Amino acid sequence: MDPGAPLACGRDDTSRLNATLNEASENTAMAEFIAYLIAGVATGAIYALAAIGFTLVWQTSQTINFAQGEFVMLPAVLVLLAIKLFGAPIWLGALIGIATFILIFGVGFKIAVVDPMIRHGVLPLAIATMALSIIMKEGAKDGFSAEAQNFPSFVPTDTLSVFGAAISLQHLAIIAVAFAVIGALQWFVGGTRLGRQMQATAQNPTVARILGIPVERMVLLTFVINAALAVVASVLISPIYLAKFSNGEVIGLFAFIAAIVGGFNQVRGALVGGLIVGIVDSLAAGYFSSQYKLAVPLVLLIIIILLKPEGLMGRREERRV
Amino acid sequence: MTAPASRAAVQAAPARSPALGGFADGTLIALAIGAVILWFAPSGMGRYGTYVLSLWLVMAIAVMGLNLTLGYAGLKSLAQAAFMGIGAYITALLTTKTGISWYAAFAISGIVTFAVGLLLGFPALRVKAHYLAFVTLAFSTLVWLVMRNEQWLTGGVFGLSNIPRPSLFGFKLDGALAFHRFVVVVTFLLAVLLWWMIRSPWGRAFTALRENPIRAASLGIDTRTYTLLAFAIGSAYAGFAGALYAPLVEFIDPSPFSLSQSFFLLLMVVAGGAGYLLGPFIGALLGVVLPEWLRFAGSLYLIIFAAIVMLLLIACPQGMSGLIERGWAWITGRNKAGGSR
Repeated sequence: MDPGAPLACGRDDTSRLNATLNEASENTAMAEFIAYLIAGVATGAIYALAAIGFTLVWQTSQTINFAQGEFVMLPAVLVLLAIKLFGAPIWLGALIGIATFILIFGVGFKIAVVDPMIRHGVLPLAIATMALSIIMKEGAKDGFSAEAQNFPSFVPTDTLSVFGAAISLQHLAIIAVAFAVIGALQWFVGGTRLGRQMQATAQNPTVARILGIPVERMVLLTFVINAALAVVASVLISPIYLAKFSNGEVIGLFAFIAAIVGGFNQVRGALVGGLIVGIVDSLAAGYFSSQYKLAVPLVLLIIIILLKPEGLMGRREERRV
Repeated sequence: MTAPASRAAVQAAPARSPALGGFADGTLIALAIGAVILWFAPSGMGRYGTYVLSLWLVMAIAVMGLNLTLGYAGLKSLAQAAFMGIGAYITALLTTKTGISWYAAFAISGIVTFAVGLLLGFPALRVKAHYLAFVTLAFSTLVWLVMRNEQWLTGGVFGLSNIPRPSLFGFKLDGALAFHRFVVVVTFLLAVLLWWMIRSPWGRAFTALRENPIRAASLGIDTRTYTLLAFAIGSAYAGFAGALYAPLVEFIDPSPFSLSQSFFLLLMVVAGGAGYLLGPFIGALLGVVLPEWLRFAGSLYLIIFAAIVMLLLIACPQGMSGLIERGWAWITGRNKAGGSR
């Protein structure tokens, strides 16, 4: 439950690895490793945010959202668009862009896409989200820009020197904010009445309804949370990746992988999965091959499906009928 | 969880109407008439028009395969374009570098994609049907990476060019019209093969599986083997499509085989009507031919197409075929369009 736990575990690994690296008396190598690790945890936190939203929506409404990557891409684009269209200052543009996004892709997505389609089954709905991903991507390309655009960063782009490793302040800020948000979400789900009602809805909608929980409203709430998490991820990652229509492809792919690696039906799993995928991706880029760095998490996915299909943190689902 | 899905599938099943045999024969007649029309159609259409028609049929083959996977077996494969790419690259490499005949390359493309389909599908379907979507998603990206990065083999982003067109009984099929007619014949044969497969006892088991997997399993149908075979055969059709695509375009690079193309192929299946044998031709018509005619719409067309598919999914999940069927039922005054309600 404690969101800090996986990070602590990562630190243990680091110190062990650091020890071996020190024996080889390679100080620069260690500094390099730390830098890759921090970058990996930062991108991993982004994947975790996307994967948690993905898992929540899947749990409460059986929606496999293939547009999840585009959900992370679009808020930044909308913010920049609002600044450009209205000539608004950054804070106002951000407010307009984020509100529009949550309204359309939190509430609107649930009402206009999921509700009318879920009665036809899970499959048509999944395909509808693919269509949505194409619309969002092409829409951002035609309506905004085909080129990557700068996105304002809320922290300075300086680097900090820790044990000789140059660590980007932006990465640290991403880690801090993402973990604060995930911690707040955990508190909300586990510690508040509303959150527990939402959890009950996710686990067993029928019983939840009998207990008098407004199931429909709870499902809607998960969609709004999903959109909000996407906004956080978007605002955090866009200063580094820049705002571009095609950003969602990789983020979406890695969010799926994170969700499955961690356990398809576990919010905690999505967090662990996101961090693993982020770190593996970052280390692969540093030590393996930048051309094939994408391939390493994909291979990880296939290994997990072969060996532990319910995911690292997941429970085996016995429900067949 | 499976109940709504199977209900949608039941509604999407044309073969469930009482006139089962008659309807299926109608499908075959429609295929034959279509083939004859397409044989003569390009006269006066010029080189480019002929090329677009051929491209339509080639894409229709890939969509047909995906229709088997999605429309009949209810599985999401997100690697159909990747499989098509494997077929296209195998054919291009074999015919340009080793001088093997196109027919052998065509067969090898089909066999390799079938085998890869089995390899991918086996672990994924062991777990749950929707895991296939994620495995194929990962596979799709891996294939694209190999196509782009392994320059020594695939030519990287520069692709492979000067892919020769096959000859038949000594006749060269280099001209646009001659090759188009060749594509018509191959497409017709592959469509008839699929029609025959779906009508065979094997195919009937398949339909049973789609409509009620649990009942099918209790009747002794080996669910896993059937779904796996459906996916592998569907993938092989993509391999066949790729083997035709390479000599048609005479140049291949990784871009038409990307993940978004696989999404696009899925949308074509749905647009045409999943589970309808003729659906893929309608789907590919909307997805491939229409954007060529509506050139002015540019990339906006992709948005329009995706939006149309979403509207279709809400209003009529059976796609255009379902709409046509409804329209036909309305014209003839029979008001029991979908069969069961």
